[in-house]
Amino acid sequence: MNPKKRRRLYFAIALVFAGAAGAALVVRALQDNVLYFYSPSDIAVKHVPQDVSFRIGGLVAKGSVTRGPGADVRFVVTDGKTQVPVQYSGALPDLFREGQGVVATGALHAGVFRASEVLAKHDERYMPPEVVDALKRAGRWKEGGT
Amino acid sequence: MTGEVGLLALCLALALAIVQSLAGLAGARGDGGNGAAIAQGAAMGLLVFVSLAFGALIYAFVTSDFSILDVAQNSHTAKPLLYKFTGAWGNHEGSMVLWVFVLSLYSAFVAFAQRGGTRLTCAALGVQGLLAAAFLLFILLTSNPFVRLDPPPFEGAGLNPLLQDPGLAFHPPLLYFGYVGLSAAFAYAAAGLITGEADAPWARAARPFMLTAWIALTLGITGGSWWAYYTLGWGGFWFWDPVENASLMPWLVATALLHSALATERTGAFRTWSLLLAILGFSLSLVGTFLVRSGVLTSVHAFANDPERGFFILLMLIAAIGGALALFAWRAPKLETGTAFHPISREMLLLLNNLLLTAAAATVFVGTLYPLALDAWIGKKISVGAPYFAITFAPIFAVLLLLVPFGPRLGWRRGDLHSALRILLPAMGAAAAAAVVVLAVARPASAAGAGAFALAAWLIASSIIDAVRRNRRRTFGWSAAASALAHAGLGISLMGIAAVSCWKSEASEVLAPGQSLTVAGYELRLRDVGEARGPNYFAKRADIDVVRNGRVIETLSPEKRSYPAEGQAISKAAIRTTGLSDLYVALGDERGHGSWIVRAYLNPLAPFIWLGGIVMALGGAASLFGRLRVRVAKPLAYVAAE
Repeated sequence: MNPKKRRRLYFAIALVFAGAAGAALVVRALQDNVLYFYSPSDIAVKHVPQDVSFRIGGLVAKGSVTRGPGADVRFVVTDGKTQVPVQYSGALPDLFREGQGVVATGALHAGVFRASEVLAKHDERYMPPEVVDALKRAGRWKEGGT
Repeated sequence: MTGEVGLLALCLALALAIVQSLAGLAGARGDGGNGAAIAQGAAMGLLVFVSLAFGALIYAFVTSDFSILDVAQNSHTAKPLLYKFTGAWGNHEGSMVLWVFVLSLYSAFVAFAQRGGTRLTCAALGVQGLLAAAFLLFILLTSNPFVRLDPPPFEGAGLNPLLQDPGLAFHPPLLYFGYVGLSAAFAYAAAGLITGEADAPWARAARPFMLTAWIALTLGITGGSWWAYYTLGWGGFWFWDPVENASLMPWLVATALLHSALATERTGAFRTWSLLLAILGFSLSLVGTFLVRSGVLTSVHAFANDPERGFFILLMLIAAIGGALALFAWRAPKLETGTAFHPISREMLLLLNNLLLTAAAATVFVGTLYPLALDAWIGKKISVGAPYFAITFAPIFAVLLLLVPFGPRLGWRRGDLHSALRILLPAMGAAAAAAVVVLAVARPASAAGAGAFALAAWLIASSIIDAVRRNRRRTFGWSAAASALAHAGLGISLMGIAAVSCWKSEASEVLAPGQSLTVAGYELRLRDVGEARGPNYFAKRADIDVVRNGRVIETLSPEKRSYPAEGQAISKAAIRTTGLSDLYVALGDERGHGSWIVRAYLNPLAPFIWLGGIVMALGGAASLFGRLRVRVAKPLAYVAAE
């Protein structure tokens, strides 16, 4: 085998190994480490397992926010059809408002969504795409206004 | 008038870009002559007219000319002057003009420097002309920044307050210098394929552009991460947000390209691979632009939720990547291959560097695009976060960092592993010592943290050893300084990242005035929360005393600002840094009876994260400076022939 061919062979072997190792890592990581997104209606219809992390999105129901004791907050997320109570402890994002879009990460526990993270939209004109989608699927989306 | 002048300048720039591409490509076929002169003149003209358009836009923003739609939608008279100025590119239309401005700057450099001979320069100018024409067409057809508004409103809608920050004002231009700099590398790669001159002189001609792009990307990413740290109020420095990933992928590929082009320049090795990486780097910049600008992502950066624009960028993406890869498939097999090298040689390490960096870029690519693909195909919505990248990206990068110190220590063609190991022995000692100290001192004990510190010590110590040895032998030049700085910078950043990830302390409590919380030995006592006002915002400002050993050592004032013009609110964290750690305090929402949520973090070694980025960029600057100033070492093939 001449040096040029030998070099190509090394290169090919290295490439195959690196590719296989990378693919194995990626597949394993994607199986265990993605968060699914559900709308409140999804939770009512589909069987969403308890105590498994996922993301929920919708509007914060008007008049549903209660604060305290301490850093605890309770509110209701709605897509206009179904409502899910949410419990959270910590600081809320700057743009968290009743009637506005919100996305929360957490898990269901005894019918209550325990959020570990709450995200609100970036500005007045902007709505998280997941929330828009959830509202559209529930038939409550009005183009150009909320 | 301003708007019309700007629009006219853009139209003329488009015409010149077309002239530049035609003349350049024609000049690349013959031995230069008229084509070269015309392409060169067109490139200079392009710069003049794009500058004129960009200047007109900035003038309109600074003077608050609300008869221009773009200004009315994105500016406000009460905004401080700096943000009126930088607001010119804080929106979709303006940012595309900035993009073309940077592109035309690079084009003028290519035309002026004439690196790599007339034919190569001509072909590169031709390709850059094509890119400039495509982007100018994109601006004129879908994103005209000079559209008039009749009647003009009395007041503008303002700029997203998150963008009203000195750190962010210069983040986009830096990133664009990086992205668009990769377009110059791309143009040179295509030129090399067109002319068949993709050898050592090609690599030497294209390398300054790759370096400039890499330095700008490094600084842009570092600056963006720092901005996210102090404005988003969560104490994090990297979120694996798709937009961050969009800048990380070109950086990874550009880093691989720099190393591979190094081998091409010295021994002629990896020619086709360098070409492919140059194409890939700019393709990923375009993918990033598409992700950010098409509105498929949830992000601060996604200001244009317009499917038509996304479609246009997608077309450009397909044309540029498809065209370049087709050219590659057609011409690359005809190129000469480089000379052989031994498995233990610098080339082999550069090869491993390239494989690992591209694999790392691929994992980021999958993690970023998989959720979008899944949504598009089966409508399932998922998000991929830090845990995915911790299992995929981190191990690949750890192996890469383990190998880094061997590169500069092995010779070209055939290296001596024994002597390399002997020389690096003190660095191994430093790594072991770092691991032991970290395991003994840092609580909670973390194997990953100890490993990261060992790697960091390995990188930094081996860089110092390399510099000292070369200095003793009087071979310590710009390129040696470049690799020592860049590799040590990696180690410095790694220490910061590991320390913050493993040993960050945080506390979050509801405090009434007079109450306090404790984080990592600091007592934070809320004195009161008062009103404050800035040039265009109102704020709630908390005064929080930092108490250590019963003594007030500083008062921190985090704010919660609301911008009436934009109808938005943001937090401004207060940070007390000692250089070795950051005490980070953010004000949360009000919880009734004058009590507020206060969030505090102690981030050990946090400043190292960005310091390392700056040191890496300095390494790049050393390489660039040495290359432009000093005569570069001749390629080995030529040395052997003499």
